[in-house]
Amino acid sequence: MAETHSLQDLRQQPAVAAKVFLQRDYTHGTMCQFQTKFPSELETRIDKQQFEETVRTLNNLYTEAEKLGSQSLIEGCLACLTAYTVFLCMETHYEKVLKKIAKFIQEQNDKIYAPRGLLLTDPIERGLRVIEVTIFEDRSLTR
Amino acid sequence: MKNCEYQQIDPQREEPRRPRRKWEVFPGKNRFYCDGRIIVARQGGVLPLTLGLILVTCGLFFVFDCPFLVKHLTSCIPFIGGGLFVFVVITLLQTSFTDPGILPRATPDEAAEIEKQIDTTGNSSYRPPPRTKEVVINQQVVKLKYCFTCKMFRPPRTSHCSLCDNCVERFDHHCPWVGNCVGKRNYRFFYTFIVSLSFLTAFIFGCVTTHLSLRAQGGKGLVFALQESPVELVICFFSVWSILGLSGFHTYLVASNLTTNEDIKGSWSGKGGEDVTNPYSHKNIFINCCAVLCGPMPPSLIDRRGFLPSDESVQTASVDIELPTQATKSEINVVGGSSQLAFGLQESPSPIPAPLNSHQTRSSA
Repeated sequence: MAETHSLQDLRQQPAVAAKVFLQRDYTHGTMCQFQTKFPSELETRIDKQQFEETVRTLNNLYTEAEKLGSQSLIEGCLACLTAYTVFLCMETHYEKVLKKIAKFIQEQNDKIYAPRGLLLTDPIERGLRVIEVTIFEDRSLTR
Repeated sequence: MKNCEYQQIDPQREEPRRPRRKWEVFPGKNRFYCDGRIIVARQGGVLPLTLGLILVTCGLFFVFDCPFLVKHLTSCIPFIGGGLFVFVVITLLQTSFTDPGILPRATPDEAAEIEKQIDTTGNSSYRPPPRTKEVVINQQVVKLKYCFTCKMFRPPRTSHCSLCDNCVERFDHHCPWVGNCVGKRNYRFFYTFIVSLSFLTAFIFGCVTTHLSLRAQGGKGLVFALQESPVELVICFFSVWSILGLSGFHTYLVASNLTTNEDIKGSWSGKGGEDVTNPYSHKNIFINCCAVLCGPMPPSLIDRRGFLPSDESVQTASVDIELPTQATKSEINVVGGSSQLAFGLQESPSPIPAPLNSHQTRSSA
């Protein structure tokens, strides 16, 4: 019986205890922003400041992606003149920032959240609706 | 004994299954081509008719009017016509084949979380009243409605298209001429299409009337000249006014950052006598135009060509164990239900271990 348990541990992830969802914040319009309210379920796992810092950085990155700056205007005008065919060959500014966000979430998971038994899911995998935080069972207590 | 338990943990089959892409299990009423690269609404609408009308009119123009006008006027005519024609066709195809801004449906966990937050009294005899949530956007109160199909609160400016069975962001309208919804991601293509089409129809109409008047002056009479190109004239005459009108209307919408949906419903027209203004407008026509037409291109949220994760079944199995009461009912309604339903049944709680074990000993043998 003990043998199969250790095999299970190697092959399978720890069981999911709960999932917390951070919803979108629409007070500034349809821009992609997430609520920074600290969920009560995470109080025992992570520092409030740390978590809010992560969410604030994510919000800033999304603001950068959707910013109506000179770069996006030039991109837009050029695209319009070429009947938008440039979108087929070129990576847009938004996509570049999304890659940055994916890397940032990966880093945060590796350095901060995984050691605490948490996992942040990239919002793009949830249609930019929520930031899903998966809380894993605390195995260290059962052993 | 050890074998059975090991197989219970690892429910993947021996034979390698072809990894499936997400478009193959997409729940909305859309059709996909080129392995998920192209997306259209289920009903093609009259897109073939639109393409046909454009091709026929331009074809007749190049065949009958261009030679005459090149000889009597200028040789730029076919180039201008050709350029406009290419522009129109490209933008039309982009409007039809691009994801308009479809929102993927909520995952079962998200839906369960939202259900928990909404305080229902537990009576399931009739459908409860539509659930709404209010948010304040730029000092305006906006009501967010709950979508029963997609199981989430719709973001502002999002609407559920019943023809495509999807929630679409910044929903403008479902255009049968184009065979697709017009939403956040393809509105600029649509606008460019109708503006360039109005230029094209006006140009062809102008060329045809010039051709006819030149021929009529030539001495043979207007009636004889008319007989030579009736089809083009008829098509152009009727389409010029409607397309110019549509372009004008959409230019007004772009300048005030409104959608057709909002304009028709009168969401921001202040009918009630209260001070209601459009909270999404930048209060400046130029900025509104830039925001709508030249803003950053948002990505497609449905990830059509992504692969379905093979370990999705393991994760849903653990979810089933946590929510036994909802296991059978909610699985049926869920996105990509087939694979999850199969595992939902396999991973049913312990009361039925015997048939499960016998099935697996047979498969292992």
